[in-house]
Amino acid sequence: MLDQNANVLDVANLKTVFNTRDGMVHAVNGVSFSLAPGELLGIVGESGSGKSVTMMSLLKLLPMPPAEIQGGSITFDGQDVRAMSEDRLRRLRGGEIGFIFQDPMTSLNPVFNVGFQLMEPLRVHMGMSKAAARVRAKELLELVGIPDAERRLKDFPHQFSGGMRQRVMIAIALACDPKVLIADEPTTALDVTIQAQILELIKDLREKLGMAIIWITHDLGVVAEIADRVAVMYAGQIVEHAPVKELFRNPQHPYTRALLETLPKVEGPRNERLLSIEGQPPSLSEAPSTCEFAPRCKYAFDKCRTDNPARIEVGNSHDVACWWDPTTGGPRDA
Amino acid sequence: MLNYTIRRLIFAIPTLLFISFIIFIILDMAPNDPTGNLPLTIPPEVRQKIRESLGLDAPMYIRYLLWCNQFFINEPLNMLHQWFGWCIGDCEGRLRVESWITRSPVVDSIVERMPQTLWVVGMSYVVSILVAVPIGVISAYKQYSWFDQAGTLVSMIGFAVPTFFTGLVLQIVFSTMIPSDHWAWLPSKYNTLHEVTDWQSFVYQMRQMAMPVTVLALYNMAQLSRFMRASMLDNLSQDYVRTARAKGLRERTVVLVHVLRNSLIPVVTVIALGVPTIFGGAIITEQIFGVNGLGALLIIGIQGADIPLVQTLTFIFAVLIVLFNLIADILYGLLDPRIRYE
Ligand SMILES: Nc1ncnc2c1ncn2[C@@H]1O[C@H](COP(=O)(O)OP(=O)(O)OP(=O)(O)O)[C@@H](O)[C@H]1O
Ligand SMILES: [Mg+2]
Repeated sequence: MLDQNANVLDVANLKTVFNTRDGMVHAVNGVSFSLAPGELLGIVGESGSGKSVTMMSLLKLLPMPPAEIQGGSITFDGQDVRAMSEDRLRRLRGGEIGFIFQDPMTSLNPVFNVGFQLMEPLRVHMGMSKAAARVRAKELLELVGIPDAERRLKDFPHQFSGGMRQRVMIAIALACDPKVLIADEPTTALDVTIQAQILELIKDLREKLGMAIIWITHDLGVVAEIADRVAVMYAGQIVEHAPVKELFRNPQHPYTRALLETLPKVEGPRNERLLSIEGQPPSLSEAPSTCEFAPRCKYAFDKCRTDNPARIEVGNSHDVACWWDPTTGGPRDA
Repeated sequence: MLNYTIRRLIFAIPTLLFISFIIFIILDMAPNDPTGNLPLTIPPEVRQKIRESLGLDAPMYIRYLLWCNQFFINEPLNMLHQWFGWCIGDCEGRLRVESWITRSPVVDSIVERMPQTLWVVGMSYVVSILVAVPIGVISAYKQYSWFDQAGTLVSMIGFAVPTFFTGLVLQIVFSTMIPSDHWAWLPSKYNTLHEVTDWQSFVYQMRQMAMPVTVLALYNMAQLSRFMRASMLDNLSQDYVRTARAKGLRERTVVLVHVLRNSLIPVVTVIALGVPTIFGGAIITEQIFGVNGLGALLIIGIQGADIPLVQTLTFIFAVLIVLFNLIADILYGLLDPRIRYE
């Protein structure tokens, strides 16, 4: 791992719960990761694995209550985020950390024109005048590839297609030159060709602007294409984490292996049908005390059902939280 | 938008003609007639004469057409004459829609009563909007807080307790239990003849309006604040709110610019649709406090089988309802950019 201070973002042992009427939901259970400047970290995991909640916890974007950050530390650029005042936190949001959300159809306010929504962060964070903000807003729309930017500033979100709206969202997130961009499934709601365009756009912007990116997705194919490193989440925990090539070459966790198997293969014989992982995701009503994946795991043995594995280094900056060793096919001797 | 408005206005004409016809037929079928309240000692032949003199023996369609002529031609021309001094045709001898009871032109008594209703009922409407919108916003933003719970309770009371009860309770407290030389004392009857000429008379006007306005506002406010709250709650959980927060906007901006602007769309519509009810007066409240408004006028008209009066009032309400429906639609189009009228 890199020198701790060189990271823009360090998250250690983050725990977030929801106090709902039907009891607790342990959505994030001790998540740790770091992000170096300019790096692209992919986070994968099935629906409900806590990807969004983790990211929203970073900036306190969750409704509190019911959400509560129970523990852990968040360090952005050497500063403790959890200790920040509301004012300081607001400068982080949209200023130093940009956020793109899953559904571009609902993420923009329907009654304000796109120019207004794009100019807001510029005026709040950069203290720009209206005129200056308008000029910059136009540049931003051009940057994300929206033609006829000047005129489109006056258009309302419903006058844009889904892909175009997501470009607007990206422009908003990038408005104040953030150090970190968090993209929460930015292409999931879009059709495949638009998805590819947005991917290209992000790759392009990353080269131009050099910000670090956290890219959340449940599509390993996307991760393979753009990420430097990957973290796999299951039941609110990171169960495996490695540089992207290493992960694809040498997956350790049975869950990761199963995810990789569900990817349709380009070469070789095709599976009759798309594979899926048997069983249900866990309920999250209690903090994990055993391996949460054990009930769905074909390699599980006794220890998996009594102890929750910690993340173990396996070399090549690769770590995994699992008692089973794929090389021997038996328990790990760690 | 202009095209749309003009088209809607043109469409309103057949609608209103149809409504006027229905009103006319229904009132014509009413079993009562203006001689019904006369003493029983008046012989039937005399009653028949009275009916004839009122034109009641003519066939229905003739009476309808005559009514239309009076209502759509004579009355507007007369209004022009009285308000602007423009005289078209025979200004002095023009036939007006006359009350069967008072034999005076119906429109004149409506115009006479309008100010009381607008003062009291209109003011209560304004008050209830000014109170309900902030209450709705805060209740939604602090859902299930003590403020929200208290707001819910007050709304329930406002909904459930009839105005004649709240009116009486207020009268008992503020007019009888509080001595009349105390500053908090309020007159139990509304003095229609009171004129505002100086500060003191203005203060008196406010005092005599206080109770009827409160009673009416309470009910309206209960409804409107619930509506505002629901609309805010709908919007607070929308994705765009999260986006606004993620942009680093102040919470105040998020709620009062982004959420409120969206939440007001349906509320403004409801407010616009409710305006005609102001002109309908508040029949019960006007009775309790002796406000001689349109509500009281309508009651007198119905009791005395004063069909021209009831017809005219009902038709004016119909016009207002059609008009404010149009206004509500136009406001909706102005507030919500997704709505386009072609
Ligand atoms: N407001 C909330 N109240 C209660 N539970 C919640 C709330 N928001 C999220 N959760 C729970 O937290 C868990 C993690 O949700 P999260 O949205 O982070 O999943 P995700 O990995 O982003 O899934 P997806 O791929 O569907 O976006 C889920 O079990 C979810 O039910
Ligand atoms: Mg999510």
